[in-house]
Amino acid sequence: MENKKVLEVKKELEKDLVEIDDLKVVNDLKVKYLGKKGLITELNSEIKNVPNEEKKEFGMQVNELRNTFNDYYEKMVEKLEKAELDKKLANEAIDVTLPATKLAVGAPHILEKVIEEVEEVFMSMGFDVIDGPEIEEDKYNFEMLNIPKGHPARDAQDTFYVEGEEMLLRSQTSPVQVRTMLKGEGKTPIRMICPGKTYRRDDDDASHSHQFMQIEGLLVDKDISLSDLKGTMDVLFKRLFGKSSETRFRPSYYQFTEPSVEVDITCVNCHGKGCNVCKHTGWVTVCGAGVVHPNVLRMSGYDPDVWSGFAFGFGAERLAMMKYDINDIRTFYNTDLREAKIFDREDEE
Amino acid sequence: MISLNWVKDYIDIADQDVHELATKITKAGINVEAVVSHEIPGLIIGQIKKIENHPDSETLHVCQVDIGKENLQIVCGAQNIYEGMKVVVAQEGTVLPGNVEIKKSKLRGVDSCGMMCALWELELEEKPEDIYASGIHDLDKNAPVGGDPLVYLGLDDTLYDLDIHKHRNNDCYYHIGFAYEIACILNRKVKLPELDFKTVKDKINDNFKLEVKTDKCSYYLAREVRNVKVGESPDFIKQRLVAAGMRPINNVVDISNYVMLEFGQPLHFFDKDKLGEKILVRDAKDGEKIVTLDGNECELNSSDIVITDGKNPVCIAGIKGGANTEVDENTKNILIESAIFDSVSIRNTSKRLELPSEAAIRYGKGLSYEYTEMANRRACHLLEKYAGAEVLDGYVLVDNEDYSEKTLTFKPEDVDKILGITISEEDMKTELERLDFPYTVKNHEFKVTIPRRRLDIDANVNDIAEEIGRLYGYNNLASSVPSVPLRRGEYIGDVKYRKLVSKRLRSLGLTEVKTYTLVSPEMASKFKYEEKEQVVLPNPMSVDKSVVRTTLIPSLLNIYEYNKARGVKDISIYEIAKTYDKKYEEVSKVCGLMSGEYLTNSWNGNMKIDFYVVKGVVEDILEYMGYHDRYSFRRDNCSDLHPGVQASIILDGKKIGILGKVHPNISKKDIYVFELNLNSIFGRTNKLKYKEAFKYPSIEKDMAFILDKNIDVYEVIKTIKKGANKILQEVGVFDVYEGERVDQNKKSVAFNLVFNGMDRTLTDEEVMKVFNGLIDKVVTTYKAELRDK
Repeated sequence: MENKKVLEVKKELEKDLVEIDDLKVVNDLKVKYLGKKGLITELNSEIKNVPNEEKKEFGMQVNELRNTFNDYYEKMVEKLEKAELDKKLANEAIDVTLPATKLAVGAPHILEKVIEEVEEVFMSMGFDVIDGPEIEEDKYNFEMLNIPKGHPARDAQDTFYVEGEEMLLRSQTSPVQVRTMLKGEGKTPIRMICPGKTYRRDDDDASHSHQFMQIEGLLVDKDISLSDLKGTMDVLFKRLFGKSSETRFRPSYYQFTEPSVEVDITCVNCHGKGCNVCKHTGWVTVCGAGVVHPNVLRMSGYDPDVWSGFAFGFGAERLAMMKYDINDIRTFYNTDLREAKIFDREDEE
Repeated sequence: MISLNWVKDYIDIADQDVHELATKITKAGINVEAVVSHEIPGLIIGQIKKIENHPDSETLHVCQVDIGKENLQIVCGAQNIYEGMKVVVAQEGTVLPGNVEIKKSKLRGVDSCGMMCALWELELEEKPEDIYASGIHDLDKNAPVGGDPLVYLGLDDTLYDLDIHKHRNNDCYYHIGFAYEIACILNRKVKLPELDFKTVKDKINDNFKLEVKTDKCSYYLAREVRNVKVGESPDFIKQRLVAAGMRPINNVVDISNYVMLEFGQPLHFFDKDKLGEKILVRDAKDGEKIVTLDGNECELNSSDIVITDGKNPVCIAGIKGGANTEVDENTKNILIESAIFDSVSIRNTSKRLELPSEAAIRYGKGLSYEYTEMANRRACHLLEKYAGAEVLDGYVLVDNEDYSEKTLTFKPEDVDKILGITISEEDMKTELERLDFPYTVKNHEFKVTIPRRRLDIDANVNDIAEEIGRLYGYNNLASSVPSVPLRRGEYIGDVKYRKLVSKRLRSLGLTEVKTYTLVSPEMASKFKYEEKEQVVLPNPMSVDKSVVRTTLIPSLLNIYEYNKARGVKDISIYEIAKTYDKKYEEVSKVCGLMSGEYLTNSWNGNMKIDFYVVKGVVEDILEYMGYHDRYSFRRDNCSDLHPGVQASIILDGKKIGILGKVHPNISKKDIYVFELNLNSIFGRTNKLKYKEAFKYPSIEKDMAFILDKNIDVYEVIKTIKKGANKILQEVGVFDVYEGERVDQNKKSVAFNLVFNGMDRTLTDEEVMKVFNGLIDKVVTTYKAELRDK
């Protein structure tokens, strides 16, 4: 049997507990039922008037009422708070299509990007990356490379002398190879590349620069052949210009290599079909190379009867110009930041 | 330029396609840059049968021209035509040089079917200034009507434009040498030209003396010819000289040039009557003067070689003849010199006197004696044949040449080892035969003699391997990988650190640039904050690039200006480069320049670059490289920076760089720069170690003081840190105020202190005790006034 008072409150509840859109009204209801003088709160004080055997039953009934109200209250509050938050969030909506904030991120220099690619290929093959002075002694830049004073090969590399005929701005990075060999004392095998600045007395124009970046490399070990050079060049240029890129050797001449070759690769522009860039040959020259001249080995303390090796060198500018279709070498030394920015990204293999 | 018609005199190449041959030659190492042909299909020899005046023109004529198979009516404006004249006719459809196509047309109402040509219109002659005066080309009477005019003129030639590597330009820049190169590619033999001549009874030795008093002339040979008749050269000589880019002058001069282009040996002809009875070759005297063929006076010095008549110079040896012994139209008797001079001396003299004559270029490259004597005989032969010369008996000669033979012994496997492939003994023999290198084989060992014409080849296996390899074909090389131990390469030494700094700066928003090491004196005079003495080039190319820079700041300012001028607004750049001072001390530097906005959002607010952004970049680099708590910044006084907005960067008590705003005298814009000596931040840090973050709660306290304006906050922080015990973890600054609310020479600075006990929770009391102590310390040390607690 339900207590009469309980029944009254229950009826009142049934009347009151409807969907409400106002949090204040809901809270008022809470005061009405659960406040200090709330209807349910007051039922609690009725318990003393209830006969003992009904006390338990009464208590359960009051509790049920309390639970009913609480369930209702929680549901309403949750609903209304959500509605309020939704409304607030709706007001906070922004135009996601407005321009983003430009973060501070810099780009590598184009030449540096190309050099790092080359370094990566060679480091994977065990070549160290070594560096040397840009103001060099004549003996390292020329004499120990089999280019004695008065040799015509010196004319082609018209050199900036810094003091007399002894100190100069290096005209090639080969002196780093000489220095590395001297350090090896004729005992240590060598695998190194040396990218770096070089200087020649050229007037600056679209295809000449008095300062440019060379990447030279040297391998000295036992039983090294021209075919090994071919294999190494194949690996490099396939990595730089794609797997379909072929290399070919043409006889050439350098004072510090014998045999000497020029390395041609499939024309980057026409992929070998023939175009103006490759003068319709399908090939472009990218690199000078050869088997290290026995005199050079000997001068640097390596016995040519025991040791052999190959050396190669190319210009970073030329490589970058071919790879990225740049036609003025001065681009590299007068950087327009809008152009530089293009190179701040990964490239396809 | 090499003429193939000429080469055909020495080797049979009639069966070769000129383009395929060019490819073969290129593959074997001599680069044929261009194949130039004078073929013009559609040209035909015609004869003018009838000339009538044009009905509507005073200058034009209507000609009936017989070209064998038919008669053509051609309207022509040239004034030198006559009936019976043999002419070069370009038929309808012919494309003349310059892409001019001949079409049937009407000239003032009269049909014209073709064109009669002048040689310049075929690009066989320089365009004359008055093209009408010269008229159309008059072929001689014997020209066959209906024939090919270029064949008749001997101009149906193909030329190879060669790009020859230095080592081969002494044997491949003349026709016989090039014939040898073709011979070894095609495996054919070279036939040398005729050299014989008759001699008269008189002997040159009877009335002529030769003396050589310098070690820079290893060979000097002279013959004398008499009674030459100076006149025009035969057509083939003229044509070949033109093809090689030389202007025909007269038979005598032309023959001297012809022989040079044939054998590579420069000759010099003296007018014997002007010369006298003696030749003395000696070093020139300092200040000695000679007037050369072109009428210029040259001053010589003791490093030059000079030919004299015993007293006075008559020729700068190997470079240019003297006016005093010049061969002219009245010359009767000639002394023919063929000699070998020191190549270095010739090169230097020709460079200094700015006389890069054909002879000087050839001497400069080095000459072998192989053809020196032959060339002299060849000149006598040609002078006898084409100038009616009589050759005197005998010759005068001084010969100090080294005739020792260059020989080499090697085994086939020596060559294989260098090339990395196996070539059979038989194939090696074939290649040596193609090269025309004499050899013998005994017990699988080759002994090869290297001919003198190949000065480039030394007696070592590598040189022979190259010759055999290039003929065998580099396309037959293997593509092998060096058999060396596997390892990964490394960045050695400084390279590694430069890469680290470079990458970090990019991630901080700076873009890498590269600029020139050589700068102008004006640039070099700026930002000399280190007072370094600079290297000035003794012979710069231009003043612009005459000083080796010791700082990169001016170069970056140029890049700034370049970008600014092109409308780029926000500029944050850096460069890492080496610098050198007068003692060649090398310092790697990193320089940054920042201006404009650091973060940009044009509609939502930017973050402008100021001193403290740039300072943040510098600090980040130092932190990144591992120098936490080891650096500081002090006021500095570089005159090219804003006097109040600059600091030196101190690491471990030593100045390692500078940072500041560019002085308004240099730029009115807000530009900030920094430069760091990288050598001093490479590899001097400790290994990276784990450090636990605070586990227990920190207590933060603020204090604010009114300080004298000139007190550096850094000093106050140092005082606070020094006065605290180890529970003080951090001292920050959260407010700096100068203005109305404080005295003019004061500033208010608020500090934030973070306390943490590390291994325990601190009590408020112990913190307050330390905190109050620090306040007292600051107040007494700096006569500061406490503002807030």
